[in-house]
Amino acid sequence: MSLLTPSPTQSPDAHTHSGETMVPDASRAERTRSYAVADFPLPNGREEEWRFTPIDRLGSLLRDEPTGACLDWAESLPAGVTLTTMSVEEWQESGAPKPADRAAAVAAAHSGGVAVLTVPAEAEIEEPIRVSLRGNDGRVVHGHRLIEVGHHAKATIVLQHAGSAAYSEVLSIVAGDGADLTVVTLQEWDDDAIHLGQHDVVVGRDASVRHIAVTLGGSIVRLNTNATYAGPGGAFEALGVYFADAGQHLEHRLFVDHEAPHCTSNVEYKGALQGDGARTVWVGDVLIRASAEGTDTYELNRNLLLTDGARADSVPNLEIETGEIVGAGHAAATGRFDDEQLFYLMARGIPEAEARRLVVRGFFASVIRRIGVAEISDHLMKVIEEELRASDAALVAAAEGTA
Amino acid sequence: MSDNTIHTLDIRDLHVSVEGEDGTAREILSGVTLTVRSGETHAIMGPNGSGKSTLAYAIAGHPKYTVTSGSITLDGEDVLAMGVDERARAGLFLAMQYPVEIPGVTVSNFLRTAKTAVDGEAPKLRTWVKEVNSAMAALRMDPAFAQRGVNEGFSGGEKKRHEILQLELLQPKIAVLDETDSGLDVDALKIVSEGVNRVRESSNLGVLLITHYTRILRYIKPDFVHVFIDGRIAEQGGPELADQLEDEGYDRFLTPTA
Ligand SMILES: Nc1ncnc2c1ncn2[C@@H]1O[C@H](COP(=O)(O)OP(=O)(O)OP(=O)(O)O)[C@@H](O)[C@H]1O
Ligand SMILES: [Mg+2]
Repeated sequence: MSLLTPSPTQSPDAHTHSGETMVPDASRAERTRSYAVADFPLPNGREEEWRFTPIDRLGSLLRDEPTGACLDWAESLPAGVTLTTMSVEEWQESGAPKPADRAAAVAAAHSGGVAVLTVPAEAEIEEPIRVSLRGNDGRVVHGHRLIEVGHHAKATIVLQHAGSAAYSEVLSIVAGDGADLTVVTLQEWDDDAIHLGQHDVVVGRDASVRHIAVTLGGSIVRLNTNATYAGPGGAFEALGVYFADAGQHLEHRLFVDHEAPHCTSNVEYKGALQGDGARTVWVGDVLIRASAEGTDTYELNRNLLLTDGARADSVPNLEIETGEIVGAGHAAATGRFDDEQLFYLMARGIPEAEARRLVVRGFFASVIRRIGVAEISDHLMKVIEEELRASDAALVAAAEGTA
Repeated sequence: MSDNTIHTLDIRDLHVSVEGEDGTAREILSGVTLTVRSGETHAIMGPNGSGKSTLAYAIAGHPKYTVTSGSITLDGEDVLAMGVDERARAGLFLAMQYPVEIPGVTVSNFLRTAKTAVDGEAPKLRTWVKEVNSAMAALRMDPAFAQRGVNEGFSGGEKKRHEILQLELLQPKIAVLDETDSGLDVDALKIVSEGVNRVRESSNLGVLLITHYTRILRYIKPDFVHVFIDGRIAEQGGPELADQLEDEGYDRFLTPTA
């Protein structure tokens, strides 16, 4: 609620969250960005950007000290794509966006170096570039990466996270002019893992960047995705799918900062929750600055509560400083599983567990279809299927309990 | 299933209540007795709120409706002991008054899943696709509907056609059609009625046809007409009773004090 500047073109009626009173930022643009950890005091949980996160469960992840630990890497790099390193200083000089919270500042300060994945200009890489990251021992790991895609290059990059770690990362994604880039980040951590990520996307002039977050595993996953535009004509699409089970906290925060004119952004996140204490947070901030004429933006978040005891927060914020836009809209909704849908399917002979799976798959279908990376869509459907299958017994029991 | 076996849906002294907002149970059906056999078409007519849909839902097993006494059997099997899906697999079908939208679940996927569930095995792909296409064509449904979400954004008439499409494909023994005629223009009413008649003829379907109006009875000829008032059958007769109702309305069945 705090960030909305009402404007004649926008009605602030789609908010689904009525949070406790906060000291609001005057504008989303005013949040601190800095390389210095000291600029970000340890959060107490009342800060706007931390108020949903269970900071008491973060352990030493926000501590300002190196650990020397890293994740295991495996990558498949098609010809032309390179993986190199640069120093943190070089990274700072590259103009990549700065850390925006303490976790990111700590990660950037103590990563020891930046892994740089480069797709050269005008390269058209057909097959997905895969980077798989695995945590082994639950230790605190600081990750720092830069994806540089040259002008008019085309690529799909899939980052897979698995295993056990307490991981904070900064990922800068810089797409050159006219580039066509899809970055998929898969969070399939073990149950005890923690992942705090800051992904900054810089969309080049007339470039098209898709950021796809799929979060299924981990104790706490908090992913902040920020998009800015380096020039006019850029298109940014952020898609997300998450599925929270009992005890999981999955948080996705987006901030699309429209400064360049004639850019578009489209955000669509869908999540399902099941089990006691399953918790998701979605915050979608969109800022349309005075200079961003001709902006067209839409953001959507939907949550499906499959059982009692789960909670989804959904906070869309639109801040509009110019009336000269093509469109700006948002929609957010959280709903329970619809028993009438279940009845309809069962009345056609379909057993309850299968009917539930159909409804949940249907719920995710629109966003999964848009992912457009076949291996990810297929994988996602399979995993969702497994999630539902594994919990059928629990779901049926819960349904009977409330009938 | 176009065998010659006669199936019998037997409803005996059925009492059904719903739980109101305040948590108190309210009796809606107060002793309904009715037998529907294969090949028979029974029309149930009655004013708004008389409990027609409640009867339909009770037969299908909707969890909101509690059977407090009486029985429902299909060929002697206790329907009330069956779950909603089991009833459908046993051969009961309910075409709903207000079909539910299920976003993202395509009609084609839904139909195949339902057919597989009802038959106990997946239909042969090639013949199945043909069957679906020709059934859709017969109901003048655009093939594009197969790729849309179940009832998602369908008009009232399209939803009703989709219900009858399912009736044709799932081939139940006994079907309850709850106001399938409402919301249909004359052309659509004809198309839908022809669909019901096709199934009646090909599979000797028993039909319980719930309606407000007599116009559908011009296309689907009932063998029996039951007048439903206040959760009970107030009168039964042949097709002539429907004509009488059209002329006189329900007035003479309603108690003067009401
Ligand atoms: N789920 C429910 N909760 C509360 N009351 C209900 C419920 N379903 C039905 N009723 C009540 O039971 C009565 C009968 O409703 P029902 O829908 O069976 O009537 P109907 O004969 O089908 O009416 P119509 O011709 O309008 O379709 C009505 O008074 C209705 O309000
Ligand atoms: Mg009704």
